[in-house]
Amino acid sequence: MSENNSPTYNYRVVRQFSIMTVVWGIVGMLVGVIIAAQLFWPDLTYGIEYLTYGRLRPLHTNAVIFAFGGSALMATSLYVVQRTCQAPLISNALASFVFWGWQLIIVLAAISLPMGWTSGKEYAELEWPIDILIAVVWVAYAILFFGTVMKRKAAHIYVANWFYGAFILTVAVLHIVNSAAIPVSLTKSYSAYAGAIDAMIQWWYGHNAVGFFLTAGFLGMMYYYVPKQAERPVYSYRLSIVHFWALIAIYMWAGPHHLHYTALPNWAQSLGMIFSLILLAPSWGGMINGIMTLSGAWHKLRTDPILKFLIVSLSFYGMSTFEGPMMSIKTVNALSHYTDWTIGHVHSGALGWVAFVSIGAMYYMIPKVFGRQNMYSTDMINIHFWVSTIGVVLYIAAMWIAGVMQGLMWRAVNEDGTLTYSFVEAVQATYPYYGIRLLGGALFLGGMFIMAYNVYKTVKAGPDADTVKEG
Amino acid sequence: MTEFWNWWVIVIVAINILGCWGLLFWTRKMKENEVEDTGTTGHVYDGITEYNNPLPRWWLIMFYITLVFGVGYLILYPGLGNNKGVLGWTQEGQLEEEVAAAKAIYQPLFDKFLKVPVEELANNKQAVEMGKRIFVNTCFGCHGSDARGNPGYPNLTDKDWLYGGNPAQIKQSIVAGRVGVMPGFEAMLSAEQIDELVQYVGQLSGNQVDAAKAEAGSKTFALQCAVCHGANAKGNIALGAPNLTDDIWLHGASSRSIAQTIRGGHNNQMPALGDILGEGRTHLVTTYVYSLSNSK
Repeated sequence: MSENNSPTYNYRVVRQFSIMTVVWGIVGMLVGVIIAAQLFWPDLTYGIEYLTYGRLRPLHTNAVIFAFGGSALMATSLYVVQRTCQAPLISNALASFVFWGWQLIIVLAAISLPMGWTSGKEYAELEWPIDILIAVVWVAYAILFFGTVMKRKAAHIYVANWFYGAFILTVAVLHIVNSAAIPVSLTKSYSAYAGAIDAMIQWWYGHNAVGFFLTAGFLGMMYYYVPKQAERPVYSYRLSIVHFWALIAIYMWAGPHHLHYTALPNWAQSLGMIFSLILLAPSWGGMINGIMTLSGAWHKLRTDPILKFLIVSLSFYGMSTFEGPMMSIKTVNALSHYTDWTIGHVHSGALGWVAFVSIGAMYYMIPKVFGRQNMYSTDMINIHFWVSTIGVVLYIAAMWIAGVMQGLMWRAVNEDGTLTYSFVEAVQATYPYYGIRLLGGALFLGGMFIMAYNVYKTVKAGPDADTVKEG
Repeated sequence: MTEFWNWWVIVIVAINILGCWGLLFWTRKMKENEVEDTGTTGHVYDGITEYNNPLPRWWLIMFYITLVFGVGYLILYPGLGNNKGVLGWTQEGQLEEEVAAAKAIYQPLFDKFLKVPVEELANNKQAVEMGKRIFVNTCFGCHGSDARGNPGYPNLTDKDWLYGGNPAQIKQSIVAGRVGVMPGFEAMLSAEQIDELVQYVGQLSGNQVDAAKAEAGSKTFALQCAVCHGANAKGNIALGAPNLTDDIWLHGASSRSIAQTIRGGHNNQMPALGDILGEGRTHLVTTYVYSLSNSK
């Protein structure tokens, strides 16, 4: 309805972040495929220090979470906030600063991590000068987003913006607290915290990076692109209120479930576990609200591959937010912890939920911000959907089987109480599953190349004659 | 934790659990001014409208169940600040219980072999098999699953023993560990002297060497090395100084490796495992290790 009277919206920054979402998606997933290959062929890059598993693994996680996921979140949030508030961004210069600042951070990460410069904190490996840069760019992003919300012409704030807002605010707090460190040189610093407290801060950050970066942010995305693509009203306003407030309050507690049966005090472990369980319902609130939005339009799933991406992403979201609370139960965790089950769980969320919803949103949005009606090829989107679905399923099924098997092998004992299997036997048994995982990951990466080609053709075709005036 | 932090934890936990409850209670009754003809809330955002469907019943019940479970768990287990929970459970307590239960089952199995001397036990298939499993669990990281060692970690299947190979000596190595230190000679000897020593040490094991250099090296050896390795270079098990005449090389046989050893020395450590394994299992591992080079 408002597509024709919105000439002042800043689509430039949306276009930039959208393209980089595809680019960083390919880069991050390529590194993922390389380290998966290293687990299958351990001497693949033997002797090249820059390409050791220990250096590439943080590069992979940083690239897919913060470069791919971050670009997708920034692209969509800056698009959604303008359109649902009916207000252009408060500053185009600030928007440019956020884009170029974020790209600089990513490039610095891509250089510093292979160099081996790391703070050693999982998902927060970047060293202190880059951490400071992140804080500055993030605050600029927050000002851009909330400033635009404040200038809105709509009376209310749409639920997508609540989630984006919670994500932006919380990530700022998480990043600044967790990255507090004492520098000893330009490339080395030591955490401001020690021992079990450091571990707790790290996982308070780590799990909330999942909760706010990879969940709240992408729920914001879901709340705009699902009803848009389905052309249906959101299922329940009050459900969105309940699950928003419950989700952001309860997620804060879940971190200790990463530290079951460790030096962390018993009381903190218990709270981590019960709040992880309580988190199940608020998490599913988002899935219900998304999937039920489609009621009355289910037939569209048959013909619309973009909707397939979006709805399947919600199914994976529901699946992994069920799996997570189950894994936080101490007795289950005693089996699953330290195994590849965790890796499977993470990827059912990261590929199945985060990547799928981002890909769906990009296919919806990219033609619009480049002035076209549709993507270059709907068939290619369909192929992309099936290739990546098969990829995810292979990946997570392999890791589930491998993880449960490892957990069982590690705890198996002979009649005299000795362990039945030595560690290397469990590694050997895992080997074929590493092959299947590699195949699954490669398929998912292959899908991203199909997407890149489709996006390239869409952008290259230039604006449609009749959409050019839509800005 | 102090009284302040105790209450801090309790109050915040209560706020979160009761807050969820309150949120559900409040929104169950919530009515928006629904627009007559569409049934939506009347909000429109970029063309998106919203229904205000009631919270799904099964979902609400699930939410309540998790809240009730959480409260129940916090009554039974530690969680509310300093509160120990009705069950008095701790992870340390759980570990102790499990260890005690395992000991009750397995200790008699190990201990029944304690009275049998190692030499005799080495012919008992069951005991050797048990010792092997304990070895594979505990010792494989350094000595390898097949006990053939790794560079720096001795091969236990040959007849060459750094600290002696009779049962008492093997057991002592396992119970108390061993620390083998060879000093580095880089600061004391010239590069030439080190090269001569390498030639001499190679000659001891019957390798092809430069005879003149080896001759010169033998003098340095007598002066610097014989104190530990012995004048005949056959080693000293009191110090763990290796026999240098048997062509068995803990840290590599190449001239380069030997030179490296002389220049930098070595600091080898085997950890003490007596407390970890206990008497019964130590006896069985000793039997297994002994059997590797003694039973036929």
